[in-house]
Amino acid sequence: MSASTKKFHAKYFAPMLYIIFLMTPIYWLLTMSLKTNQEILSTFSLWPKTPTLANYIVIFTDASWYSGYINSMIYVSMNTVISVLAALPAAYAFSRHRFLGDKHIFFWLLTNKMAPPAVFALPFFQLYSSIGLFDTHIAVALAHTLFNIPLAIWILEGFMSGVPREIDETAYIDGYSFPKFFVKIFTPLIASGIGVAAFFCFMFSWVELLIARTLTSVAAKPIAAVMTRTVSASGLDWGVLAAAGILTILPGALVIWFVRHHIARGFALGRV
Amino acid sequence: MQKTRDHKALWLVAPALLLVAFTAVIPLMTVVNYSVQDTFGNNQFFWVGAEWYREILRSDRFHAAFLRQIAFSATILAIEIPLGLAIALTMPKKGLGVSVCLVLMALPLLIPWNVVGTIWQIFARVDIGLLGHTLNGLGIDYNYTQRVGAAWATLIIMDVWHWTSLVVLLCYAGLAAIPPAYYQAARIDGASRWAVFRYIELPKMSRVLLIAVLLRFMDSFMIYTEPFVVTGGGPGNATTFLSVDLVKMAIGQFDLGPAAAMSVIYFLIVILVSWAFYTIMTRDDFESSGGAQ
Repeated sequence: MSASTKKFHAKYFAPMLYIIFLMTPIYWLLTMSLKTNQEILSTFSLWPKTPTLANYIVIFTDASWYSGYINSMIYVSMNTVISVLAALPAAYAFSRHRFLGDKHIFFWLLTNKMAPPAVFALPFFQLYSSIGLFDTHIAVALAHTLFNIPLAIWILEGFMSGVPREIDETAYIDGYSFPKFFVKIFTPLIASGIGVAAFFCFMFSWVELLIARTLTSVAAKPIAAVMTRTVSASGLDWGVLAAAGILTILPGALVIWFVRHHIARGFALGRV
Repeated sequence: MQKTRDHKALWLVAPALLLVAFTAVIPLMTVVNYSVQDTFGNNQFFWVGAEWYREILRSDRFHAAFLRQIAFSATILAIEIPLGLAIALTMPKKGLGVSVCLVLMALPLLIPWNVVGTIWQIFARVDIGLLGHTLNGLGIDYNYTQRVGAAWATLIIMDVWHWTSLVVLLCYAGLAAIPPAYYQAARIDGASRWAVFRYIELPKMSRVLLIAVLLRFMDSFMIYTEPFVVTGGGPGNATTFLSVDLVKMAIGQFDLGPAAAMSVIYFLIVILVSWAFYTIMTRDDFESSGGAQ
């Protein structure tokens, strides 16, 4: 008994050490968010002496903070819907058919997923300003389709190729039209794939800052930009900043359990 | 799977193509347009040909940023790939432990990039940070806002913290795909742990490892937000990587011509690496579909 537990500890030592390394900075952020700014700056302690939710209350009551979350949520949701809807038929085409230029298009989509956002920041600013969409949610949502549509296509194509072709053929013989077949039969079959694609579109749009910050000023300013502007101002409130950080981690932390077996797949564009 | 030849399938791709064309082609054309012109303001542009490209390719500033970028990408690859592989090999193979490991390890991947910067800023500061405070307490002269070495070390550890899990998850997915029969055969042959790794696990994971190297190279090659938040490219220009430099040039100084030329060069490098990535991925798609049918 004791020998087997000892073996257990030795065996999982490396992963446990790694997880501790990952969690320590997050723990530090969490304790900061529960301290007052005065306590942060005056004393150094490993845990909050008098835990307080004051920092979170600031965020939930100050419009300049909570509107950042709302703005981010709006453009991220719009982007997820647009990306998945546009990617579904395209992924089906790539998974089932060979057509003119298919390989070139597939490669071209990949280059956009790999493109540095810094290359696109300035031209995006000019494009969306010239068509009067600067500082709107839809501008950021459209700009983020640059990398999310390719991502969604690559992930969905992987899931769709796992569905046997015979299902399509049987449905057509039974008299289903393509739209009816696609919505009624095919979509339920790849529901988990759609969920994974939506999760990753959400995530990549949520974590991106450079493009979102460049395309907004006031009305659609994302939470990430609100945070960086607080950093650059002098006399900043570390406690509130930490609380804001914790709140941006929450969406990922809440849904990660449901996609835990597909995380590698999402990051590797559906190819693992 | 046998695909049918059907050019009408292009219509299914059309919505995605139109959207990506709008978000990618128009801005790229703008960039190419700026890269061959000069302006004195008032929207008056004139043709300068390859002038900006020559200027960028000869500029010390670009060379320095490029070298810093290569040094950074090479360092994080040299740490993250072996570390990620080692952790994946020692992870639990089944049971609740797998899920707990996967969820906890994936957490840093899902944190907004500027928050990753904020976390490390708060963690590494000498006045309020656990890391900075402890290191100074141990008598180590650590201050990432003033010392080049400390700034680099902070950014590298931050990147290891942020992205090693991706390598772990990819390697783990590769390991999980190895049929148990391989291990049984190795046990019957009395193979050592090293032999199992060298002759079973490593060859089976070669493709996943290649994907991991390419993904980590690409993402580290365009890193912007984390150094922007933590060091702002400093001290001096010590951590001004390519993207940081490009944004400084394009939006900070509004040097449209040189910034555009630099964007095009940057993008060409990315396309080159994407092509390698695409070749590896689609080659194996073909092999696996050919083998299964």
